[in-house]
Amino acid sequence: MFSFMRKRPAFQGGVHPDDRKQATSGLPIEPLPLPARLYLPVQQHIGAAARPVVKAGDTVLKGQMIAQGDGAVSAAVHAPTSGRILAVAPHPAPHPSGLPVETIVIEPDGEECWVDQPDPEHALNLAPEVIARRVAEAGVVGMGGATFPAAIKLNLGSRHHIDTLIINGSECEPYLTCDDRLMRERTDEVIDGIRIIRHALGARRALVVVEDNKPEALSALQARLYEMDTIEAMAVPTRYPMGSEKHMIKAVTGREIPAGKLGADIGVIVHNVGTAYAVHRAVRMGRPLISRIVTVGGGAVRRPANLEVLLGTRVEDLLAHCGGTRQPPARLLMGGPMMGQVMPHAQVPVIKGSNGIIALTAEEINIGQTMPCIRCGRCVAACPCGLMPLEMAARIRNEDMDGAVDYGLMDCVACGSCSYVCPSHIPLVQFFHHAKGVLGARREQQRRQEEIKRLAQQRRERQEAEARAKAEAAERRKAEREAAKRKAEEAKAARAAKAAAVQEPPKTPAADQAET
Amino acid sequence: MEPSLLSAIFILTTMGLLLGYGLGMAAKYLRVEKDPLVDDIEALLPGTNCGQCGLPGCASAAQALAAREAPVTLCPPGGKLLAQQLADTLDITVDLSAMGEEVPAFAVIDPDQCNGCTRCYKVCATDAIMGANRQIHTVFTEACNGCGKCVEVCPTQGLILVPEAPSLRRWHWPKPKSA
Repeated sequence: MFSFMRKRPAFQGGVHPDDRKQATSGLPIEPLPLPARLYLPVQQHIGAAARPVVKAGDTVLKGQMIAQGDGAVSAAVHAPTSGRILAVAPHPAPHPSGLPVETIVIEPDGEECWVDQPDPEHALNLAPEVIARRVAEAGVVGMGGATFPAAIKLNLGSRHHIDTLIINGSECEPYLTCDDRLMRERTDEVIDGIRIIRHALGARRALVVVEDNKPEALSALQARLYEMDTIEAMAVPTRYPMGSEKHMIKAVTGREIPAGKLGADIGVIVHNVGTAYAVHRAVRMGRPLISRIVTVGGGAVRRPANLEVLLGTRVEDLLAHCGGTRQPPARLLMGGPMMGQVMPHAQVPVIKGSNGIIALTAEEINIGQTMPCIRCGRCVAACPCGLMPLEMAARIRNEDMDGAVDYGLMDCVACGSCSYVCPSHIPLVQFFHHAKGVLGARREQQRRQEEIKRLAQQRRERQEAEARAKAEAAERRKAEREAAKRKAEEAKAARAAKAAAVQEPPKTPAADQAET
Repeated sequence: MEPSLLSAIFILTTMGLLLGYGLGMAAKYLRVEKDPLVDDIEALLPGTNCGQCGLPGCASAAQALAAREAPVTLCPPGGKLLAQQLADTLDITVDLSAMGEEVPAFAVIDPDQCNGCTRCYKVCATDAIMGANRQIHTVFTEACNGCGKCVEVCPTQGLILVPEAPSLRRWHWPKPKSA
């Protein structure tokens, strides 16, 4: 009765964009037919690029590892289908710059012949490390778009005390419905994945958090969970950026992550529903991450859809399957319209973190003429991190990056709420992207300078040591020479003495005789 | 022994002792106070003594900077970052926007030109070149700071400085144009 009075979980700030999910939320996931070519970048995750273990001309089976994780933070890449490796060469990356990245190109043979699978095991009997290893071997990364290798986050239970696992099903970006469809259509698999993750982390409880604009997904989950379950499905208000880790934790648990810390530091880990599904596939079925669900949407797409796509399929193949575009898109995005990346063209491949391909028309992006800041403070009210975007942007405009950092630039999650509400159409979040890039480059340059200094110092020390060694060797040789000379002289003297001694005895009697 | 010889030995020994003592005292009492600022600046400079600033090495560059005889933008390998650090250390304000975002460069050896003379790797201040007599040399780009010393000594002009190619790792958003 008093439920309307209950304090609804939320966070300060945020915006409420028109969600535009109706176009695809009712459409079941359909598999995309096998494309003619697959382009698999070795860098599909945060961290070090994977190292290719195949070369042009090799034949690979579906699910075979084609690039190995390299280093502590990295993820393996697997062949999404059986076929022949055409090339291991640079190809444009799904990135705003369109710069090339090392890419493995596969020509499918149409056989879909799987590589040998490990025998399925009862996942909940496995030790956490074994689960994390399985997940790492399957190349699973965060499927919400952040693409952080999932195995590392599964191992955090050993170092931190994790009491709550949050499964992020909020899908707060407009247009996207891939997680919604996943929760509705593959509920059991998602829940099984959550059980495995909860077990690996040793978390007491798990919460699946769904925004209240997805009632079907919520009821599908609740129908599969029983009373007193360790997993609970809960609704949160629809408010962007609910899907941001910091804000979800704040909204659900009331805890705030301190600046510069991680969720694990306050006992909470957040995984995406897509990651839970991928973990289920990896641990329960031994299947690597080779496909994902992608929402193809936006006003320019003729027939929006939710597609199950093999990784490495090019964006143009997805758009072609959806009947092409009505008009050339004014902006082609990978991800949602708020935080998605602008794509340079449609020849880039779908990667592990691509949750949407959104082709927007000019009316949808509504680019206004940028005008001077009138200090209305709307961006301050909208900022979910409690920052002052106008002040930070003013400093960045004047190249005062340190000033922007003092105003909390590093706590900015780049959600874009400030740009969304700005009545002067100031590209605020773009300023923050730029500043973070400049600061990153500066850190890199600093690191390089220190490395150069260290090398120069080492060389100087080595040269000094060499000179010392040389001088010592010369000294030693001189000493040896002298010793040899002395020895020779002594020997000569000894010989002379001996010769004298030998000559003496015969002489003695003669001398005696002479004396006598 | 000849008396003149003895006197010569005596005079020279006395002179040596006196002068030595005098020098020792001078070193102690007349020591030139070194500006601690010079040390601070020298610690900032790369220390590779490449000479691109036109001064004999990083130590003299530090002295020139401390004496305000050289601009803070003197060090090409240090780039904008170093210029800003130097300006902060010297407590002066400079407009570095004209300096531009420099692209780091590194040396590349043309294997067709390299005759394995080992001159370049002997001058490399960061040991970024590997090679041996009559073997083609190669550059470790990670260790190269693009000072160009090797380019000067190469007898076959087989070494060139190449700006780093743009890559995903280095790319970042440009500054947005705004009102």
